[in-house]
Amino acid sequence: MAQDGIGASTKRREDYRFLKGIGKYTDDINQPNQTYCYFLRSPVAHAKIGKVDLSVAKSAPGVVAIFTAADLEAVGGVPCGWLITGKNAQPMKEPKHPILAAGKVRHVGDPVVAVIAESLNAAKNAADLVSIDYQELPAIIDMRTAQTKGGEPVHTEATDNMCFDWEFGDKAATDAAFAKAAHVTKIDLVNQRLVANAMEPRAAVGVYEIGTDEHTLFTTSQNPHVIRLLMGAFVLSIPEHKLRVVAPDVGGGFGSKIFHYAEEAFVTWAAKKVGRPIKWTAERSESFVSDAHGRDHVTHAELAIDANGKMLALRCDTFANMGAYLSTFAPVVPTWLHGTLLAGQYAYPAIYVNVKAMFTNTVPVDAYRGAGRPEATYIIERIVSKAARELKLDQAEFRRMNFIRKDQFPYQTPVALVYDVGDYEASMQAALKLGDYAGFPARKAASAAKGMMRGIGVCSYIEACGIAPSSLVGALGARAGLYEAATVRVNPTGSVSVMTGSHSHGQGHETTFAQVVASKLGIPAENVNIIHGDTDKIPFGMGTYGSRSLAVGGSAIVGALNKIIDKGKKIAAHLLEASEGDIEFKDGAYTVKGTDKKKTFGEIALTAYVPHKYPIDTVEPGLEETSFYDPKNFTYPAGTYICEVEIDPRTGTTVITSFVAADDFGNIINPMIVEGQVHGGLVQGIGQAMLEGAIYNDKGQLVTGSYMDYCMPRADDVPSFKVVTTVTPCTHNPLGVKGCGEAGAIGSTPAVINAICDALDIDNIEMPATPERVWRAAHAKTMKAAE
Amino acid sequence: MPKIAMTVNGKQVSADVPANTLLVEFLRKDLMLTGTHVGCDTSQCGACVVHVNGHAIKSCTTLAVQANGASVMTIEGLAPGADLHTVQAAFKEAHALQCGYCTPGMVMAVVDMLKNNPKPTETQIRHGLSGNICRCTGYHNIVKAVQIASGQAVTA
Ligand code: FES
Ligand code: FES
Repeated sequence: MAQDGIGASTKRREDYRFLKGIGKYTDDINQPNQTYCYFLRSPVAHAKIGKVDLSVAKSAPGVVAIFTAADLEAVGGVPCGWLITGKNAQPMKEPKHPILAAGKVRHVGDPVVAVIAESLNAAKNAADLVSIDYQELPAIIDMRTAQTKGGEPVHTEATDNMCFDWEFGDKAATDAAFAKAAHVTKIDLVNQRLVANAMEPRAAVGVYEIGTDEHTLFTTSQNPHVIRLLMGAFVLSIPEHKLRVVAPDVGGGFGSKIFHYAEEAFVTWAAKKVGRPIKWTAERSESFVSDAHGRDHVTHAELAIDANGKMLALRCDTFANMGAYLSTFAPVVPTWLHGTLLAGQYAYPAIYVNVKAMFTNTVPVDAYRGAGRPEATYIIERIVSKAARELKLDQAEFRRMNFIRKDQFPYQTPVALVYDVGDYEASMQAALKLGDYAGFPARKAASAAKGMMRGIGVCSYIEACGIAPSSLVGALGARAGLYEAATVRVNPTGSVSVMTGSHSHGQGHETTFAQVVASKLGIPAENVNIIHGDTDKIPFGMGTYGSRSLAVGGSAIVGALNKIIDKGKKIAAHLLEASEGDIEFKDGAYTVKGTDKKKTFGEIALTAYVPHKYPIDTVEPGLEETSFYDPKNFTYPAGTYICEVEIDPRTGTTVITSFVAADDFGNIINPMIVEGQVHGGLVQGIGQAMLEGAIYNDKGQLVTGSYMDYCMPRADDVPSFKVVTTVTPCTHNPLGVKGCGEAGAIGSTPAVINAICDALDIDNIEMPATPERVWRAAHAKTMKAAE
Repeated sequence: MPKIAMTVNGKQVSADVPANTLLVEFLRKDLMLTGTHVGCDTSQCGACVVHVNGHAIKSCTTLAVQANGASVMTIEGLAPGADLHTVQAAFKEAHALQCGYCTPGMVMAVVDMLKNNPKPTETQIRHGLSGNICRCTGYHNIVKAVQIASGQAVTA
């Protein structure tokens, strides 16, 4: 293994700047002569906008300009990146999402007026002087009744508030399987609304250079090229060569910073209007009502099982909340990222899923860590545990009975996906061992002796990552390709700069990608620099989400490296006076097969830039290559998690006494970073299971709009973890990697709820399973027993 | 506008600031010390933790005028030059940061925690960190970093 190459737990190079407080996040960027923007947002969920009086505000001290929707008539709406086609070939309803609310406000937090001033305080003070006449309308909040509620719909384009009614799978085969089932398990699940809450609030700085007619946007994004494309082409009509988008250090994303948001388009547009740079930074309470939320599904599911305990079919009906407008990838989350994952790790023949996506007067909902896959996993892993309980089978054993076997890969699921490889038994066994599953009954008895209720929960998740083959997603409605690009520039003295379209906002790409390059070129990792996040520096990029950076972005880097190595062979052949076919590249040197003639990589690099003795007739000077990599399939990380809880029935307090994760991410570049990704994901999933939830009242007020009411997991809420990996390398990408960013958040939620249900010996409990809910469930049992 | 003077990271600074200026705004905007972050507006995330007269405080909930005459230390002043403080080094060693946004506040809070309790148990560490939110790491490796920084066996 090359030192600091593939497989080493190399310490992160990013850490130094973050630890010293000299990272550069968007709000740290200041421009000469900068102004500040404040958005006046709707305080009500649904209203017609009557008279807007700006006259007093306009003359307030420090005000530079004030804009409303009337000023933005020539500007496009925020576009949606995915078209879903529902039943009977009906395209989804796609109402316009204006930059500033036009005519109507549709959720609390909808921006109505933008005030630009010399200071943030001046902007806020002036905003206080704006008067807006809101003619309130009844709010549509509950998606289950949105279709029939009557009254004014969220959008006139969707009079029944339905965005689409989508179905997938083989309904006839599923019905037939249910007809012959020996046992049917049914469950009703709420996958509650969450707020991503990256610790860095969104921010944007817009700059316009009149001399060159160039726009620059600094923004908190996971994918600056996607923002350039969407904002340039669909909103502001700025061609790519006049628009630079920079996503500098970004303080976490978890999906919420994928999407194109109105505020970043506005500051880009307005910077030209006012002729000065404009900065906007969200306050946390603003983030709560303007960052896209996650999850928010309500599902009824049924599982058909034969007399031998074999799963036969799954049927699901889901309501998915789109919120008030379609966010960038909102429609794909409850459909193709959800329905296709319902086979889980199990070999069973029939699945049918129906999803009704609804508009409501709430913040738009879009991808949040896992995006559709956590929702699917929650359904399958909850219903499987419930079925095992009903059939009086061990929950691990019931899963194993139904696993896709190692010899069945590649495995065609009934919901379109082809799993290339996996070994579910291996990760199950690793988890059972690490969690001492066999010792659980004794621990349960010990807890019971203390008056405590102990439970164990298993979850065997699968996800589809490495998003995604372009032609496939194109057929499914994506309005873009999902390849990735990379340029590898070998500098004359042999150091290497890599420009990647992936974006790191905590994942540590600067370290891991350098490890890949070091291993492939046989050079020290310290000689490699990873550059990302700036459309002026990077050839192109689709960015980071869906655990795609290494599987897709890393593959593009490998593609470019292979071209570099091949070009080097031509140069080496010339220098070593051998035929190209006889040149081998290994450990940082080109050799002639069977001889000791050799040239180091550094010598070849120098020759490429000082081509005195050089095959100049056939090979161009220089050593720089670009590669675009389009994945051949999704990757399928999978694993088993086991959670053990102890509940105090007197208080309803649940303590996670043990949590083990056994994941198969394929090959691993940096085990330390992979473990860190798993830890973080686990806590997000545990947060959903036990603490977090965005709650709207029936007027459409977000009553969990700050950290006072939205319960973020803190250090004393969660345990330490035991994490292991098992490995079946991905078969279709050059590094054999699958991706590890989302697994923890996908697999942990059902594991925790399964454990709590097991402890309480109940069928279901609503999330978050707060002490109150747990206490009530525990108490209901005792009360019933007493009757 | 009140005039304030204080020592920040060992340097004497003074300025005229509006009376409602928060300490974090003064540090970030006037002094360009952008290592101290803002993660919330309800004094709950700890991204803004700095030391005032040797105590960890949330600079988003302190007015700049309240620090008049005080000695303030931010993440930028924790270790001289290019050095890393023991706690900073332990964070790197344990991979206790991902996006880095919570990190300055975390580190400042941990330095204070260890000053008051040099050998905290895992439970005490978790309790001591509970004023700081990290969305990335799941805390496991932060606990580990605190154990390393305090010269204790790693249990996380
Ligand atoms: S910024 Fe969140 S506590 Fe200070
Ligand atoms: S490292 Fe990202 S919030 Fe803590």
